[in-house]
Amino acid sequence: MAPYRLTIYDAADLLRKRRLSAQELTRSVLDRIRATDVRTHSYLTVCETAALGQAEAADRMLAAGGAVPPLCGIPVAVKDVILTRGVRSTAGSKILEHFVPPYDATVTRRLREAGAVIVGKANCDEFAMGSSTENSAFLPSRNPWDLARVPGGSSGGSATAVAADQALAALGTDTGGSIRLPSSFCGVVGLKPTYGRVSRFGVVAYASSLDQVGPFAKDVRDCALMLQAIAGHDPQDSTSVNIPVPDYQARLLQGVRGLKIGIPKEYFVEGMQPAVEAAVRQAVAEFTALGARPVSISLPHTEYAIATYYLIATAEASSNLARYDGMKYGYRAPQAEGLAETYRRTRGQGFGDEVKRRIMLGTYVLSAGYYDAYYLKAQKVRTLIRQDFLTAFGDCDVIATPVAPTTAFRLGEKTADPLTMYLSDIFTIAVNLAGLPGLSVPCGFDENHMPIGVQLVGKPFGEDVLLQAAYAYEQATQWHTHKPPL
Amino acid sequence: MRMSREEVQRIALLARLELTPAEEAELVEHFDKMLTYVEKLNQLNTDGVEPTAHAVAVPSPFREDRVTNQADPDALLQNAPTREGDFFKVPKIIE
Repeated sequence: MAPYRLTIYDAADLLRKRRLSAQELTRSVLDRIRATDVRTHSYLTVCETAALGQAEAADRMLAAGGAVPPLCGIPVAVKDVILTRGVRSTAGSKILEHFVPPYDATVTRRLREAGAVIVGKANCDEFAMGSSTENSAFLPSRNPWDLARVPGGSSGGSATAVAADQALAALGTDTGGSIRLPSSFCGVVGLKPTYGRVSRFGVVAYASSLDQVGPFAKDVRDCALMLQAIAGHDPQDSTSVNIPVPDYQARLLQGVRGLKIGIPKEYFVEGMQPAVEAAVRQAVAEFTALGARPVSISLPHTEYAIATYYLIATAEASSNLARYDGMKYGYRAPQAEGLAETYRRTRGQGFGDEVKRRIMLGTYVLSAGYYDAYYLKAQKVRTLIRQDFLTAFGDCDVIATPVAPTTAFRLGEKTADPLTMYLSDIFTIAVNLAGLPGLSVPCGFDENHMPIGVQLVGKPFGEDVLLQAAYAYEQATQWHTHKPPL
Repeated sequence: MRMSREEVQRIALLARLELTPAEEAELVEHFDKMLTYVEKLNQLNTDGVEPTAHAVAVPSPFREDRVTNQADPDALLQNAPTREGDFFKVPKIIE
């Protein structure tokens, strides 16, 4: 098997037995990127020289014998909203096209400390605003299963890199579904951790009460290994929570016997693609066959989640993106007269259409006279949405739903109508509003052989239970072994 | 339409965004759709419901007010659109 095909777990085993060198593995992945990324556009920047240097350092550690860090020599991709010292980090935006951060995000530092080799920066929707990666200011990524279709977004490049074996794993961010949707569309495993589980220090902020960093992986065990590397308290992110991180891999083998799996009736709606509903119901049947107990539950405020999200997220975005003023870093419009015009031109020329839409809506809902009617109202409904989940968890341990109502759609299919695009996140967005962990694991294919994902939602800081349930399912079904014809 | 062109221009000024006439027209339509869509929240009675700002409430932590990084003006200025010596060079602020 070509080294780029390996999982983290298998590659780490070969590296430790010295049957494969970190440099061979990294070269194999870089060759794979060169051969296939002209079709998928997973990467905005490939760090060939730096990656080979990191691989050489990993080989020295491996040659010295003794204990090596858990991701020693493992090639990974990092979403371009996550800062990487000395490597251009654009957030998919023209306004940061030439921005080279002088420091690492905490998650980047933790990957480096775990020995990982960072092969490149993954494409994404501009400032993580989008569901298809078509809002990237540079170019859209394409789904490896069908290049005419989107990979989902906003972390589309992270998903395509893992699905196309252009990295063994990747980091993304998820504000309303941006890890789970592309994981589902591309047939890989993706996890949005509980709000506060992973540091956001050094991650370009979009909607700060919702943003969370998480892993993409080829299988559930690799997902656990990646989460282990990045999870935990960080004094530099005051919203990161200081509670112990469990040993995720140790929990994997515990199975699902006796686990109560909640099935919310509001997540099986009119207009869903029949193949998606069938695959998710089949997944529930499989969990039942493995010893889990299905329980009917209700999340009555589900239909209000998208409206709530687009008030809260745009308000926070309008505030967070005020920092792009062309003064200390980033693009500055030339030939503007005075300060006010410099600001307006810089931002007018530097931001793309969707970013402008969200800044405008957010500015409006926070403006004098409208705050109570929109922003405060949305925060109250957010309380009701969160209470729905906490009540449901009185009757079940994990909730299973579709990740999205359809499989991957075609490029251009939803760009003309932003609201239609927003509805792609109808099953993922409430999980962010409630701050809960959510995982997407492959559960089949539709009639066009496009991947389908089932979403598992857990209690706060219940990532271990999600991974344990997903692992049992994956081992029983083996959907993760299917590869795109690339 | 729920929002006039003039209102869009006023918000664009607040947001410090220069918009083209085509963008203004598109935003008038977008606001119309979104404000109609979010109106569904008014179906819910939220009297007495506490707002949620963060899903996981974390008390604001305190730390000593100490410098922890090394002074490195070149690293901080490397992304400046324009610089002069160890300073950011910016447009005239007082007209």
